[in-house]
Amino acid sequence: MYRPPVLFLLLTAIGINAVAAEVNIYSARKEALIKPILEEFTVETGITVNLVTGGADELIKRLELEGRNSPADLLLTVDVGRLYRAKQADLLQPVHSETLSEVIPDHYRDPEDYWYGLSLRSRVIVYAKDRVDAADLSTYEALADPQWRNRICVRSSSNIYNQSLVASMVAHQGVEATEQWARGLVKNFARRPKGGDRDQIKAVAVGQCDLALVNTYYLAGMLESDIPAERQAAEKVAVFWPNQDGRGAHVNISGAGVTRAAQHTEEALRLLEFLAGKEAQSWYAEKNYEFPVRDDVPPSELLRQWGGFRADDIELEQLGIHNAEAVRLMDRAGWK
Amino acid sequence: MSSVPAIVPARGGPLSGRRLFQPWSWALILVSLLLMVPVLTVFGSIFLPSDGVWAHLYSTVLVDYVSNSLILMVGVGICVLVLGIGPAWLVTMHRFPGRAVLEWALLLPLAMPAYIIAYTYTGLLDVSGPVQEGLRQLFGWSYGDYWFPEIRSLGGAVAMLSLVLYPYVYLLSRTAFTEQSVCVLEVSRTLGCKPRQAFSRVGLPLARPAIIAGLSLALMETLADYGTVQYFGVSTFTTGIFRTWFGLGSSSAAAQLSAFLMLFILILLLLENHSRRRARYHHTSSRYSRLPRLPLYGWKMAAALAFCLFPVVFGFLVPATQLLIWATQTWQATAGRDFYQLITHSLGLAALSSVIAVGLALFVTYGKRLQPNLLSRTAVRILGLGYAVPGTVIAVGVLIPFTWFDNSIDTWMRQQFDFSTGLLLSGTLFALVFAYQVRFLPVSISSVEAGLTKVKPGMDEVGRSMGYGPAQLLRRVHIPMLRGSLLTAGLLVFVDVLKELPATLILRPFNFNTLAVKTYELANEERLAAAAGPALMIVLAGIIPVILLSRTITRSRPGHVQRS
Repeated sequence: MYRPPVLFLLLTAIGINAVAAEVNIYSARKEALIKPILEEFTVETGITVNLVTGGADELIKRLELEGRNSPADLLLTVDVGRLYRAKQADLLQPVHSETLSEVIPDHYRDPEDYWYGLSLRSRVIVYAKDRVDAADLSTYEALADPQWRNRICVRSSSNIYNQSLVASMVAHQGVEATEQWARGLVKNFARRPKGGDRDQIKAVAVGQCDLALVNTYYLAGMLESDIPAERQAAEKVAVFWPNQDGRGAHVNISGAGVTRAAQHTEEALRLLEFLAGKEAQSWYAEKNYEFPVRDDVPPSELLRQWGGFRADDIELEQLGIHNAEAVRLMDRAGWK
Repeated sequence: MSSVPAIVPARGGPLSGRRLFQPWSWALILVSLLLMVPVLTVFGSIFLPSDGVWAHLYSTVLVDYVSNSLILMVGVGICVLVLGIGPAWLVTMHRFPGRAVLEWALLLPLAMPAYIIAYTYTGLLDVSGPVQEGLRQLFGWSYGDYWFPEIRSLGGAVAMLSLVLYPYVYLLSRTAFTEQSVCVLEVSRTLGCKPRQAFSRVGLPLARPAIIAGLSLALMETLADYGTVQYFGVSTFTTGIFRTWFGLGSSSAAAQLSAFLMLFILILLLLENHSRRRARYHHTSSRYSRLPRLPLYGWKMAAALAFCLFPVVFGFLVPATQLLIWATQTWQATAGRDFYQLITHSLGLAALSSVIAVGLALFVTYGKRLQPNLLSRTAVRILGLGYAVPGTVIAVGVLIPFTWFDNSIDTWMRQQFDFSTGLLLSGTLFALVFAYQVRFLPVSISSVEAGLTKVKPGMDEVGRSMGYGPAQLLRRVHIPMLRGSLLTAGLLVFVDVLKELPATLILRPFNFNTLAVKTYELANEERLAAAAGPALMIVLAGIIPVILLSRTITRSRPGHVQRS
């Protein structure tokens, strides 16, 4: 039978509008790192979860253009900068929850409850065990010191984790000092920035550089990799937590916020609470080696080996506020 | 019941000619306008304010973007011409061992997405890869003791893109060589041309439109490439667009960058067109005989073989083998229950899009043939720009008008009937397939157009003198003659859609993934080995159409005698 496509589309559209026990997610977290826990949520609550994954910026653009008719209920990102951007663009709405306020520390969520952090990721220094004495390391700032000339590897300044790190430094000490620092750091690069965090670790392992700035979960992933070469490379380096005598190591979050257009606010909130729950938190910790956002869930065994650390407790919102400034100053400093 | 008009113009008669063609014209303009909306949306951004971002770009990174993009284009241009034309001539005109296999094997790299070949070679050749590791162990070197070319560099990007894009030049120039009349070549011999001169004086000039078409496809794809250059850390116009947009948060400046990119392409295309001036490349005769292939012996044979083997080995065999090795290591993790679904999604989308793209290309180019006025020519030219635009930009170019349309209807319905229609088109497969058309229609247009120009205008006149209307003419005369070109167009779009990533990523509906998306997600998490499974699947799914493509070309030669 011939079915006119317009009618079909209309029916689908009405179907979407009808309130059902479901929740629609735009997720910058990759499918493999979120779907299993979402399936768990469906089993537990009977709420269907629909998922689109993609780059955070593109998803935010889509959300913005779709406006009040967007089907998305929840925006999930892997850094705070994008959550801040979504809030600024008026794409999120505040949701209040006793549970969330209780388990998630203040500085890991939006002061006005527009978004909540769901896991922590720290950007640290890794060093070649055989060539670097940990006693020579101290802070991010000290990486601009001439003693590290041609010894540091880091990825491109297009990467959001670098942008957030630099934004945090701008927040702490202003644009000028940070730009000065960035110029020094660029002079110390052992090579043109390229590849991902794992590539920086591998470069340290083979001796192209002695230090690298990376997120901890990449190193953990390599240590537990199926590929022998990755494990061997990872074993040649060690983690150094910077700025422990001062503000602490830079920490970013993965997090989520309920969209302004949400039609399943209730379900979205339930999902948020589920993701902040103990079960989901330890799943993040075990599966992707991230640090749980709540204090009462321990990190994975592997991460515990690296010892406890002091985290920078800056209001994470600041990373979003200073992002564009950070990008510009990295451009000026010649950080490719 | 009604009165019979006094004069009934004969169908196809001189009186009715203009009027009969009107509907085609109108439809052509309508379809072109619809498909142009995304590109025009991007162009429209030129006039938006961009608060000082340009000053910043100009003083910091713009020079890099422009010079890197130009070097990339020139490098890829030269490499694809060499890798494409040489083997195409050799396998068409000469006989040497392995020729029959190479004929189709030379197309295989077409199935290999540029970002995947880049991941693979990085895994192989990087400082920590097996090649350098092996060298270090063999000679007892450590890092810094030896020189090794850096794969993640501008030169590396040229190499990667050339290895997967040369098939466009190979494909189209081989088609051209195959279709060249033996008579012309024989005449050149009687005039004293040696085989090499037959190539440089006759074969090459006659194949020029096809070669240029292949080259421009390769170059447009080069400019639109994001995955490879981004992974290699080479700042080009495309990576600049993304950075400006997302890092600096200026979508207007980003759109302006892409508009200038398109302007640049447009100028290139116009220049090429101008340089061709009034030269036309019709065929002199429809009588063909089988091409006599000159056999090669000794070092010439070895050289020809090596020349043809080089791109196949490095563009396909090496990366495919590496993918296979990785895939066997990680097979357990990838081959889940979703894998089958990924394959059906990818194949379904590719098949649907390629059928539509062929239909549209035929419609548009035929419309232009019927009414070759400025309007239709401009329309076809602008439609041809989509291929050079990065997928993400196209996707946003689609999202803007689609969401505007949906939201306007919704607002109107809410006001009139207090009823919300929500989003009708955005977030559906329709939007995605539409974006594919904007992006890949140029591929099918250039293939169909190349076929159509070869049909002498006299054929149309003969058809019309037999009383055929435009539609009948198309069905009875052109389509049968164009069968090869249409199939080529369809298969090219099929393979392209199979590989497409950025637009798919942004526009796809809920719970809908493709092989390319899966590959990207894993590779982006820096799990190259785990990405090998779906990557290999894309390559495998692409091989079948690629082989079909090769058979089509061989058969398209009118004098071809099918051997049983």
